[in-house]
Amino acid sequence: MLTRIKAVAKKEVRQLKRDKRMLYVLFIFPIILLVLFGYAINFDVHHIKMVVYDQDKSFDSRNFINTLTSSDYFDLVGYINDESKIRNILDTKAAQCVIVFPRDMSKKFYSNQNVSIQVLIDGVDANTASLINSYMTLAVASYSQKIQSEILAVEGQKAYIPIDIHPSFWFNPELVSTFFLVPGLIVMILIITAVVSISLSIVREKERGTVEQLNVSPLTSLEMLVGKTIPYVVISLIIAVFILVAGYILFGITIKGSIILLFFSMLLFLFASLNLGIIVSSIADTQQVAFQLSTLVSMLPSMLLSGFVFPIESMPKAIQVITNITPAKFFMIILRDIMLKGVGLGAFWHQIVYLVIFSLILLLLSAIINKRARTA
Amino acid sequence: MRIILSIIIKEFLQLKRDPRLFGIVFIAPVLQLIILGYAANMDVNTVHTAVYDQDKSETSRNFIQRFEHSGYFKIDEYVDNYSQLNSDINDNKVLWGLVIPKDFEKDINRMQPAPVQAIFDGSDGNKASIAMGYVQGIVTNYSKNILLDAADRTGRKISKVGSLVPEVRVWYNPELKTRVFMVPSITGLILAIITTILMSMAIVKEREVGTLEQLIVTPIKPMQLVIGKMIPFIILGFMDALIVLGVMVFWFGIGIRGSFIFLLAASFIFVLSTLGIGLFISTISKTQQQAMMVAQFGILMPMLYLSGFAFPIDNMPKILQYISYLIPVRYYIEILRGVILKGASFMELLPQFLILFFIGIAILFASALRFRKRLE
Repeated sequence: MLTRIKAVAKKEVRQLKRDKRMLYVLFIFPIILLVLFGYAINFDVHHIKMVVYDQDKSFDSRNFINTLTSSDYFDLVGYINDESKIRNILDTKAAQCVIVFPRDMSKKFYSNQNVSIQVLIDGVDANTASLINSYMTLAVASYSQKIQSEILAVEGQKAYIPIDIHPSFWFNPELVSTFFLVPGLIVMILIITAVVSISLSIVREKERGTVEQLNVSPLTSLEMLVGKTIPYVVISLIIAVFILVAGYILFGITIKGSIILLFFSMLLFLFASLNLGIIVSSIADTQQVAFQLSTLVSMLPSMLLSGFVFPIESMPKAIQVITNITPAKFFMIILRDIMLKGVGLGAFWHQIVYLVIFSLILLLLSAIINKRARTA
Repeated sequence: MRIILSIIIKEFLQLKRDPRLFGIVFIAPVLQLIILGYAANMDVNTVHTAVYDQDKSETSRNFIQRFEHSGYFKIDEYVDNYSQLNSDINDNKVLWGLVIPKDFEKDINRMQPAPVQAIFDGSDGNKASIAMGYVQGIVTNYSKNILLDAADRTGRKISKVGSLVPEVRVWYNPELKTRVFMVPSITGLILAIITTILMSMAIVKEREVGTLEQLIVTPIKPMQLVIGKMIPFIILGFMDALIVLGVMVFWFGIGIRGSFIFLLAASFIFVLSTLGIGLFISTISKTQQQAMMVAQFGILMPMLYLSGFAFPIDNMPKILQYISYLIPVRYYIEILRGVILKGASFMELLPQFLILFFIGIAILFASALRFRKRLE
């Protein structure tokens, strides 16, 4: 049995070697992707374009704008002096937010009245808008506090803050979203490579008719599948190492947890993904259909359903159930736990169990489909 | 003309013979849009919380209740020590822990600042900062109440100055729902993916099977062949556009505020550009496996990441922003969002429309020429 598996694997490697362009694609693309997209994917909102409508024109309004622009969160792109221009600015995306300082702001403020500063935000991108909202709220509150305590200090009093909150952020103190997203990118690149390459390699044999030759040989279908998978497992693992090294060099993402654990769970994940590819190949007869199907099961779900970008717990219950169709979901949690948190098996053992169950179900399914195809 | 017509008919016959492909063209986009439209949601609705209440006083319970009643927080566990809080965060059970110190009630009654700790799992920086915003809001409110209470009790004014209050208004999407923002862009993405893949596969398949050579030796002129092959896919692609837009409007109830005719015109031009890309892919690869890998990694993934559908283009490094100018989906998504969410007029979106138009025509011609050359 082993020799036969070895023979199939050897044949597959030889075929791959002959297709030089394919090899380039397999090895070079993932790295390029990580480099490009590692920089592209982040939610960190900096340099928010801001327009000011200053009706007060006081020291305080200018001072407040200065504190905003001195951070790298806000960039002042212009002043307006007419309320009717606000709509045009937000419509044309000339700015993401408009601040309106009311007339007599500082006068009212010093005569012990509360003054509201109006902030108008372009809400089309809700996520960015919520972040702008919380930056702004924080900025106004802290500026207000600063002046209050300055005034009170003159009179020898101290400002009283009833609850003094101390936030601390573990694992990622500066809240850089890249750290969270790069592991997701790794998962996505791996699953696409695995699913597409294996499914196409099998379907190609079907399309060319060489699968019949294999069928009449003493090879069992299990031997053939195992033999075909091995080269792709190895390739995917090599790609994974490349990506991890690139992630360290470019983004400074280290693996906080155990590398051995990472290796084994990755192996399990690749096994599950390859199984997914095998299922695809047993349903599809042409490479065209195989490709469409594998895009359907690998690319979009691993991007949108895996918790890579969109948190799973925010989805409707029915969709949460559907997220289980992609092994990327389970491995995403494992990878983030190991890379970012450095926690051990105790934290994510159930994800491993899910992955195993997932692979077994797929294996069973493809066995059933294959059997039916053979008897038919 | 007759020749072109007969190629078109042949192409449709071929498509009809592959019912699965038909399903993929018409049913898959609908399913994808429905599932992904629900999944694409970054709203942070339920923040899982652990509470370590060292004070166990009436005031601390009251404070905790504020979080529970806000609707944003779900208190999953009350813990008695830091190590339990630690493991809750490590195991992804909770996003953050609220630690109330021993003398919380005493401090508040003595009008001393009470230090409260908020420990976040920062690995998802985006989620953590949004949740922190919620926490800040509740704490600020509660503080204000304490101040008012104190003022009532002592009968004197606490503060001698007013404060600045931000008054935030969000336009276009006042409830800050990410779905409203995401569904139109996912519509664009799915359309792009389906049409690109379809076109490239159709041509490559013909080449692999060898029927392309038969077509070359017939008196059909290469340009006629290109046009004849393109037209059925333009029709299919445009039908796909109608279907996905229909799902968006009728299923998700996202109304189109702007001009529907303009949207259709833009969709038509956009489909031309993606079909052109598909044709281009087919000219650079000899085998389907190559075409698919190039399509996945070289074109579809950049479309996903650089189109601005989830990751704001403004946040990317300058180089990537320049690259994103080359991506037709970027403009299409801008048009979709503009017309659908803002009700922007044709004139406001004219630059995007023109660029999309020229890119589309350029890609289409370049690929058609390349394809013709290969035929000769």
